Amino acid sequence: MPARRTLLALAAALAALLVFAGPAAADLFTPESGGSPNADKIDTLYKITLYISIPILLLVEGTLIYSLVKYKARRGGQAEQIRGNTSLELGWTIGAAVILVILTGVTFAFLNGITKPEESGPEIAGGVQVAAIGQPDPPGGKGMRITVNGQQYLWRYDYPGKESLFSYHEMVVPTDTTVTLDITSSDVVHSWWIPKLGGKADAVPGHTAETWFKISKPGLYGGQCAELCGAGHADMRAVVRAVPPDEFERWAKDQRAEIKAAQDGLASQRKAREAQTGGGG
Amino acid sequence: MEASSARLAGGPEISMHGFTEQPKGWLSWLTTTDHKRIGVMYLYATFLWFILGGVMALIMRLQLAQPDNTLLSGETYNSLASMHGVTMIFLWIVPVLAGFGNYFVPLMIGARDMAFPRLNALSFWLLVGGGIAFFCSLFFEPPQAGWTSYAPLSDDAYSPGGGIDAWIFLIHLTGLSSLVGAINFIATIHNMRAPGMSWGRMPLFVWSILVYSYLLVAALPAIAAAATMLLTDRHFGTGFFNVADGGDPLLWQHLFWFFGHPEVYIMILPAFGIISEILPVFSRKPVFGYKAIAASTVTIAFLALVVWAHHMFTTPTATVVLAFFMLSSFAISVPTGVKIFNWIATLWRGQIMMKTALYFAVALPGLFVIGGISGVMLAVFPVDWQLHDTYYVVAHLHYVLFGGSVFGIFAGLYYWFPKMSGRLLSETLGKLSFWLMFVGFNLTFLIQHSAGLSGMPRRVYDYPADAGLTAYNLISTVGSFLLGIGVMVTVVNVLKSVKNGRRAGNDPWKGNTLEWFTQSPPPANNFDTIPRVRSVEPMKDIRREVQKAGKASESVAQPVTSGTS
Repeated sequence: MPARRTLLALAAALAALLVFAGPAAADLFTPESGGSPNADKIDTLYKITLYISIPILLLVEGTLIYSLVKYKARRGGQAEQIRGNTSLELGWTIGAAVILVILTGVTFAFLNGITKPEESGPEIAGGVQVAAIGQPDPPGGKGMRITVNGQQYLWRYDYPGKESLFSYHEMVVPTDTTVTLDITSSDVVHSWWIPKLGGKADAVPGHTAETWFKISKPGLYGGQCAELCGAGHADMRAVVRAVPPDEFERWAKDQRAEIKAAQDGLASQRKAREAQTGGGG
Repeated sequence: MEASSARLAGGPEISMHGFTEQPKGWLSWLTTTDHKRIGVMYLYATFLWFILGGVMALIMRLQLAQPDNTLLSGETYNSLASMHGVTMIFLWIVPVLAGFGNYFVPLMIGARDMAFPRLNALSFWLLVGGGIAFFCSLFFEPPQAGWTSYAPLSDDAYSPGGGIDAWIFLIHLTGLSSLVGAINFIATIHNMRAPGMSWGRMPLFVWSILVYSYLLVAALPAIAAAATMLLTDRHFGTGFFNVADGGDPLLWQHLFWFFGHPEVYIMILPAFGIISEILPVFSRKPVFGYKAIAASTVTIAFLALVVWAHHMFTTPTATVVLAFFMLSSFAISVPTGVKIFNWIATLWRGQIMMKTALYFAVALPGLFVIGGISGVMLAVFPVDWQLHDTYYVVAHLHYVLFGGSVFGIFAGLYYWFPKMSGRLLSETLGKLSFWLMFVGFNLTFLIQHSAGLSGMPRRVYDYPADAGLTAYNLISTVGSFLLGIGVMVTVVNVLKSVKNGRRAGNDPWKGNTLEWFTQSPPPANNFDTIPRVRSVEPMKDIRREVQKAGKASESVAQPVTSGTS
């Protein structure tokens, strides 16, 4: 059938286009990884499930296509009147169950490495305040805990410490430091997701979700909100900028100074206005 | 010998004497309580909604064909995405299956109508009301919170317009429609089976509609309650889902998915049932493992009620809960796998007739298995943390719902159209439609796995040019239009054949079940005499007896053999 051949050719052409699409095809079959150990472990776990799945997929599709070709009706052909085969049916039921038991074992073997934050690196500079009072320390005691708050349509990050330190959109973190995130939302449900730094954690009002990452390579790691949160959902992006600890310290100092200046400015403005309107407010 | 011959022509034709004619005129359609006419109206209405939902999908694909596209705004895109999902689920797949059930359950069990014919008409008109109420929102403000309407986004503070209220109307009206319909199916199937049709001789499609009905009864109250709570939150000052009032957004998600996941199986089980009828007929073999297929349907339905939180793996939830829902989701893949193996074994060593209905029926396991495997991968909850709410999930759900349900529905259409209209659909157009849909479908959705793996979340109206997603999305858009053209070829096929198709006769495929015992289209009272059922393939028995007798045989419910037709 020519129509069919044309379609197949079209499909092949598009497949070829995809293969030669270069960087777009880099992560054709696996999740993003390479930023943080938990993302790498999820990637490995995904690959294991994929490798278990491929033979099953090929077996099913292969048998299906083989039967269609082999048992196409022929003149004078006889269809075998088979109604079932108990041992065969038991066999594939048990077989499927065994594969799933194996998959369960593999998942639990990986689970701890994905959920438990790793020990923080030793290189962190002395001046960085790592945890607010009352917060449990990450293992090793040297990690950093940041509160992430989702709001239509941006992310706010609050750093620990007595002096106010926060930022929007871009989260700056020191490398080789375990960063634990407490994620919540102040309006609708959002979802925190930086693909190279591990899985998602939903930001649900009234709840706090926890996730972590530890970056060894300085650089920018992009992501965006992964739960429909309104008209600007697609533009609710987030960037994690990993910098060496000393650079982080400099940034924190500047940012604190900036915030203080802004707050002082605001305070004096307010005072001025109050004086103008006779203190009524 | 029709058992040994793959050809359709030849063999005795069976017809009946003494039947009631259908009344004529449009008023007779509006006031009908005949299960077949209600079934036909279901099919027309749901196919119309299918096309509308499809057009919405194509507009979305146009927007996504290019990065940073400005064709649609975020608001419009979210409206389209929400309406597409709602239309396809509540106004297409669930009711179209009820349409097939309406038409064929009474015929297959040898009944003259449903147990409650007027209730049946009510079901249909409630569905129409729900659809109209929902689509009316196009004229003021369509809903924008997705088909899931997650609170608090759907609450009055964040969605002040009336779109969410239209959605609530739709949930209640279509929910009542389905509930009333489900009770009707249950009563019909339990009480009105032909003499001799024990549970072990009931057609597998009827099994699937029975289980579909019980699942609807179990799942719908949860969404009805949730929608009512949302309504009072929005308009009467309650705060079920509002943290400031002591409520909890996660409550919405639990209630929604307690309904939402059984809904997935509500949408797939009858499609499984349809192809469990088609595959044996077209491979001229009995279905392989009848009991296993029926039992797996029941098992899937039971497990479907305990897997809902796998939609919530990324919410703040204890690990032990996540592990439970991973295991229950794993468990449900076993009976589903059993079905797929049984279907392949049904084809094995048969004499397969390459008709369009078989093409679509075989595509179902071929495509569903991809969605099933990606489903198991998504059930591994640490993996889901990466894949959740991305295009990987979009691909997964379309492999299950389009590759599974919709291909099954099309198989049913090509299989049963001759019975419903008395005419055959064109095989040439049918196969053209199949190949366009098959290639278009895979082109659209296979690549979306990769888009999701590369970090593209679902429900986004644009993406930047440097995200590496451009090629994926362009391929997907091209595929979606091929898919759309493929669907339209079937629409043309139906519109042409309903008047001018070749005459089908009573039993064009040499079917196994009782709907092929009556005329095409069946008379108002379905059967002159209800035959006694002696096996799971009563029609095969009847043909054999007629052939043995050479002419009308009293022992097989007095069928008379017509000369030629």
